[in-house]
This record gives sequence, structure tokens and C-alpha cells, in this order.
Amino acid sequence: MRLQKRTVGLILYLGVMLLPIYWMLNMSLRTNADILGAFAFYPADPTFANYVKIFTEEAWYSGYINSTIYVSINTLISLSVALPAAYAFSRYRFLGDKHMFFWLLTNRMAPPAVFLLPFFQLYSTVGLIDTHIAVAISHCLFNVPLAVWILEGFMSGVPREIDETAYIDGYSFPRFFVSVFVPLIRAGIGVTAFFCFMFSWVELLLARTLTTTVAKPIAATMTRTVSATGLDWGLLAAAGILTIVPGALVIWFVRNYMAKGFALGRV
Amino acid sequence: MGKWEDNKAWFLVLPVFVLVAISAIIPLMTVVNYSVQDIFGPGERYFVGIEWFEEMLANKRLHDALWRQFLFSGLVLLIEIPLGVLIALAMPKRGWGVSVSLVLLALPLLIPWNVIGTIWIIFTRPDIGLLGVAINGLGVEFDHTAAPLDAWITVMLMEVWHWTPLVALLAYAGLRAIPEAYFQAARIDGASPWAVFRYIQLPKMRGVLTIAVLLRFMDSFLIYAEPFVLTGGGPGNSTTFLSIYLVKLSTAMDVGPAAAFSIIYFLIILLFSWLFYQALQNVGTGDRQ
Repeated sequence: MRLQKRTVGLILYLGVMLLPIYWMLNMSLRTNADILGAFAFYPADPTFANYVKIFTEEAWYSGYINSTIYVSINTLISLSVALPAAYAFSRYRFLGDKHMFFWLLTNRMAPPAVFLLPFFQLYSTVGLIDTHIAVAISHCLFNVPLAVWILEGFMSGVPREIDETAYIDGYSFPRFFVSVFVPLIRAGIGVTAFFCFMFSWVELLLARTLTTTVAKPIAATMTRTVSATGLDWGLLAAAGILTIVPGALVIWFVRNYMAKGFALGRV
Repeated sequence: MGKWEDNKAWFLVLPVFVLVAISAIIPLMTVVNYSVQDIFGPGERYFVGIEWFEEMLANKRLHDALWRQFLFSGLVLLIEIPLGVLIALAMPKRGWGVSVSLVLLALPLLIPWNVIGTIWIIFTRPDIGLLGVAINGLGVEFDHTAAPLDAWITVMLMEVWHWTPLVALLAYAGLRAIPEAYFQAARIDGASPWAVFRYIQLPKMRGVLTIAVLLRFMDSFLIYAEPFVLTGGGPGNSTTFLSIYLVKLSTAMDVGPAAAFSIIYFLIILLFSWLFYQALQNVGTGDRQ
């Protein structure tokens, strides 16, 4: 009985939560005049013109490709530098470890606007403006600390006897790490990858500042087209629906890891 | 459980340190540099010491924005953390329901922030938006473009809708990591659901909740795009949060005061994050085992 009340509550919450997304879907299937003209629970005369436009105009679909490229690069960089660092934090005591651990997080605490001008100057100097790699590296500022924090929690859940046994068996550190340890924390890597993907995917300020045309992210394409044509709501909603898709695929792939849970929290 | 003592572990941390330091230290030095100077143009700059800081600390509108920000972030934490934990507790443990609820929960997180504001503009319109029409259908006057209270309610609704799933996902992953043996032991002891929550689930979620509280505090304190797109900081200044004021300031005046303000802003977040971190690390440690 109690279980049922919980499930009803959850379904109710998810239902209400989906309303704005349903409204976006509803808008995406209507013309601009129709949206602004009258209230309608569902599109009386659904049109896919908005989606067709996004898939056929390069200015639109290239935004998705650019975003996917730099988000993937960022996720890869974040994971590969954060894995060894998180291992160090979870297994060793070393000079300044606690301060370093908290300092990492402080990089998420400054107003993003602060970084715009210095980053622009920095990446102009090294000639990386309007490249995917520039956006990917700049997003490491907030994703690497998060990745280290989440992975450290997973790793602390793995008993240290496993490391000790492997070293006694003659494993070198790199071999132990890649062939024994990483498979043990697959779940953590999946969850971390989702969070890195998500935060990099929705970030706009830095991505927009560091790109002009070649690597322009989808979120910037959306704002630009909006101001140029005087708000095409239907098109914007269609683009919004499509921005959800890649991330939904990512969480679909890591869902089993997430359900397996992770032992965050150092004891 | 003592950790191994070895300073060679620094080599493992080095790549992270270098990568983050490059991105963090240069902007920091630039901002500190600007905050103590008055710049009229290239080559025309004067050292003004802490003048900008004094000016900013005495700024009445900054105080207003700051209190507004504290109220906002406080409400965000008070609503989103308990709600997220409740959702995580209600989620199924196995079966197809797990996949469905995980994917659905992630949806609001994946929409770019400026788009969220834009969609909510239409969603809350009293003539053509679902929420606006529904509220007016109940006979309640509701207009977030005119009444400050309505604007606050709308921004809070949007914020809770957008970010509660993050707390729920983290809390769920934390809950799933508790070994089944704990619950079996509790069942044998005849523990009430509340006791199970208070003495098993809550302490075991300490780690994930620490991250959830810190993330939600930092990000809500820095919130910009969603409320700015939705309300533009109005009506009046009623939803002008700290970062919206910072951007107004930096476009209206020269960079000195804005840089000084950024540093104050950062220090406030640093102080409160540290307090939260310490509190969550230490609170209730006596309960464990």
C-alpha cells in the first residue's frame, strides 16, 4: 500500500515535469502564426516544416555537429585526466591533498562572465579561436573538478585490498589501473561521463565567446536565428526538442550503471 | 582506514592541476589587475587601490541584489534537496521503470539554459501558454511581467523544474549503492521506514548529498540565463539576481568596479561552499556504526 502511494507520487511528479517539454513538442509541430494565434492543447494541423528546416539548412545542423564534437572531446579529456587524479585522492595522503581537492571545486565558483575576456585573449594568442578544441579545453574548467569529485567517491567504495593483492601479484601500476581497477568502477565512469556531457552541452557563454562560425554551438545558433527573424517560436521549439536527443541517448547507455549505484562519500 | 602516505601521488594529480590552473589562474590575475585600476583607454590607467571595492561594498543596489540572491539560493536548497531525495526514494529499484524514470528525469537538464527561459516565456503566457491558461482558468490573476511576487513564483517554479532532477539522479545513485544486507538487518530488527531512512539511507547518502548541495548552491548563486531570458530582471528590479546585476554593471560602467564586484562575488560563494562542505562532512558523524 505504501509502495503504491510512492509510485503514484512519482508518476504525478514526472507527469507535471513533462508538461513544459510537452509544450515545447507541441510548439515545434506548429507554425509561428498558429502558436501566437490561439491556445491549443495539441497541434490541430501538425507540420514538420520546422524539423525539415533544421535538417536541411547547414547553419542549423552544423550547430549540432559542432556541439557534439567539442562535448565529446571535453568528456574524453575530463575523464582521462580525472581518473588518475581521483585515484590519487582516494588512495594516497600527500602534501596539500585536502586543499587541492577543495581548490578544484572553487573553479566552479566564479561568475562565468569573469572568464570571457581573459579566455578570449588567451585563445586568440595561441590561435585557437573558433576551434572545437578551444571550447573543449575551456569547458574543462568546470568539468574536470566535477569529474574528480564524482570519481573519487566511486573509487573510495572499492576496498583497498584489491590494490594490495594486485601489487603483490606483480602488477605494475598502469597495468593494474587499466585492466583491474577501471573495470571495477565502470559505473562511476558512466555516471561521470553523463554529467560532463550534460554540463558541457548546455554551456553557452564560453562556447559562444570562443567561436564565430566553424565551431559555433547549437545553443548559439538558436539565439542568433531568434534575434534575426524576430522570434520564430516553432523553429526554436523544434531545435530545443532536438537538443535533448543526444543527451537522452547518453543517459540511456549509462542507465544500468546508474541503477547499480555508487558509494560516494569517504568514511 | 589509513591511506598510504606517498607524495609521488602528486604525479597522478599533475595533469588535472596543470589543465585547471591554466584556465583558472590567468583569468584570476586579469580580474585582480582590473579591480585595482581605473582604465580610461589603452595606456591610460591609474592605480586606485581598494577604491572600487569600497564603492561596491557601499552600493545599495548591490546589497539588494545580494539579499535577493541569498533568499533565492536558500529557497532553492530548501525545496530541491528534500524533493530530490523524495523522488529518489520513490523510484523503482529494478525493472523497466528504472530506465524510464532515469531518462525522463534527465530531460530538463539537457536543454540549453537560454532555451529554457524562452520556452517558459510561452509556457506561462496567460493567452497561449499551458501554465498561464491553466492558472487563469482557476480564476487567479497571474502575470509574471507585472507582479513581482508572480515573477518570483515563476522563476522558482522554473528553477525547481529544471534542477531538482540533478539532485534526484545523484541521490538515486547513492541509494542504490547501499548493500541489501543493511535493509535485511533493519527488517529483522523491525525498524520503521523512518528509522531506516534516518539511520541507514540518510547517512549513506552523505557523499552524494554533499555534492548535490554544493553544486546547487554554487550554480543557483551564479544563475543568469534562465531568469534573465524569462523576466529580464524585472518587473522593476524584483528578479535582478547578483549575476544579472554584474552584467548590467559591466556594460554600463568600466571594468574596474565590475572586476572588484566579481572578486567579492567569488569570495561569498567560496565562504558559503566551505561552510556547507565542513558542515556536511562533520554533521552526525557520531551516528555512524
